[in-house]
Amino acid sequence: MMNKDQGRDAAGAPAQGSAGRDSIVVEHLQVNRGGRVVLPDLSVTIPAGQVVGILGPSGGGKSTLMRAIVGVQIVAGGTVRVLGEPAGSPALRRRVGYQTQAPSVYADLSVRANIAYFARVLGVERAAVDRAIEEVDLADHADALVANLSGGQRSRASLACTLVGDPEVLVLDEPTVGLDPVLRRDLWGLFRRQAEQGRTVLVSSHVMDEAVRCDRLILVREGRVLSDSTLPELLDRTGTADAEAAFLALIDAAEAAA
Amino acid sequence: MNPRITLATAGRILHQLRNDRRTIALLLLVPCVLIGLLAWVFADAPGGVFNLIGASLLGVFPFVIMFIVTSVSTLRERTSGTLERLLTTPLGKADLMLGYAVAFGLVAIVQSLVATGFAVWVCGLDIAGPVWMLTVVALFDAVLGTALGLLASGFARTEFQAVQFMPAFVLPQFLLCGLLVPRAHMPSVLSTISDWLPLSYAVDAMKNVTGSATPTIGKELLVMGAWIVISLALGSLTLRRRTP
Ligand SMILES: Nc1ncnc2c1ncn2[C@@H]1O[C@H](COP(=O)(O)OP(=O)(O)OP(=O)(O)O)[C@@H](O)[C@H]1O
Ligand SMILES: [Mg+2]
Repeated sequence: MMNKDQGRDAAGAPAQGSAGRDSIVVEHLQVNRGGRVVLPDLSVTIPAGQVVGILGPSGGGKSTLMRAIVGVQIVAGGTVRVLGEPAGSPALRRRVGYQTQAPSVYADLSVRANIAYFARVLGVERAAVDRAIEEVDLADHADALVANLSGGQRSRASLACTLVGDPEVLVLDEPTVGLDPVLRRDLWGLFRRQAEQGRTVLVSSHVMDEAVRCDRLILVREGRVLSDSTLPELLDRTGTADAEAAFLALIDAAEAAA
Repeated sequence: MNPRITLATAGRILHQLRNDRRTIALLLLVPCVLIGLLAWVFADAPGGVFNLIGASLLGVFPFVIMFIVTSVSTLRERTSGTLERLLTTPLGKADLMLGYAVAFGLVAIVQSLVATGFAVWVCGLDIAGPVWMLTVVALFDAVLGTALGLLASGFARTEFQAVQFMPAFVLPQFLLCGLLVPRAHMPSVLSTISDWLPLSYAVDAMKNVTGSATPTIGKELLVMGAWIVISLALGSLTLRRRTP
């Protein structure tokens, strides 16, 4: 999988295959939250057909960037375009699926009722509901109330509500937090299949070892992009052995330069 | 706005309610218990008092209860993140507002049938006009409570605040609606204010239906309808797709 992207040169020319299309284009995005500048001036381009990870420390601005991409964040400047349209425009609402960081599902409904509601809102056929339940491996708990689920199960129910609409662009805020290794592997496999079908998959995480699952890594710290490349490129450039070490090396370099 | 999404939303809200049996029991029983208590309080009083107050009370319940239920459930929708998620989907603001209005309107019809039935057959309330008119008034009343509840929840950041809006929005209207003192006997400033408040018209309409064999409630329904439209419109302004 990884070597597929190595055709991407330093100037950022697109790689071969379905990864050619830029799906999300963020230019000079500025966001202020709670009286503070959270994203001072962020530009990034996210291609379709790849699993792109946004990684970085807590409070770095990952969720804020994702909110700007799905069009629920008030922005102070810059532009965000998704599939050629301004972020959040009505034409995108069926095509972009967003999973919030905290599970946003109705606790007093069953898993199936939650997914069925979002399916009806999104106008997809009922068969998609069972498919989404299978995809997140909740068939055993489909009829349990969300209030009676574990944290990881809740988060998967929330993911299923996003998957059920079969969106072209998936914006998933920490979808694998708190899950066991088997489930994490299955979900990353699911994200990969979505990307291989040409969809855009943007996943945030603050667990650095999930970096190996991504085709492309965007490291965000204090509202700035520290690095945007494939993992092999990143390791090559920093002379490190894993994503965590690379990240620390980048921070040290940034602080030394400051 | 899209009828499929509006109905899906109404269905979802009713489904949530159905999973909460205790709330359903409270919605149906509390009005009956209060009406029963009222009838008992006035059991030995000289004639007609229960008839007047009982009818007014039938106009107050749907409003107050739907106000509370709606403001709490929409606030929950905001704090749980489901509202943020919904607003990234094709759901329109009107779909959400009308979804709540339809769902709680249906609940109010059932509630008013139960409460009216109890008041008439158990407590001996005299209703001169047709019972279906009481149900229509109760429906307007409930949708009004829902619309104002949606509006109020836009100004609440926490559950505590939402609950405080009940006395703030509802109790003044309750004092001025003519239940305690007939509106014509209030100081003129207060009676003018009460001429503008929606609950006054709900109570007037209920009194008309219980008091006359051929009641007219057109004006009352018109005023309540105007309040419903205005509160829903203002409430939709508090639903923002983009938030800080
Ligand atoms: N609702 C809010 N109101 C005001 N400021 C906020 C709000 N949410 C986040 N912030 C601020 O924005 C900054 C970036 O937060 P953000 O949630 O984007 O970080 P994150 O990278 O997603 O962190 P985490 O990994 O912990 O989820 C933080 O400094 C935070 O204090
Ligand atoms: Mg976050």
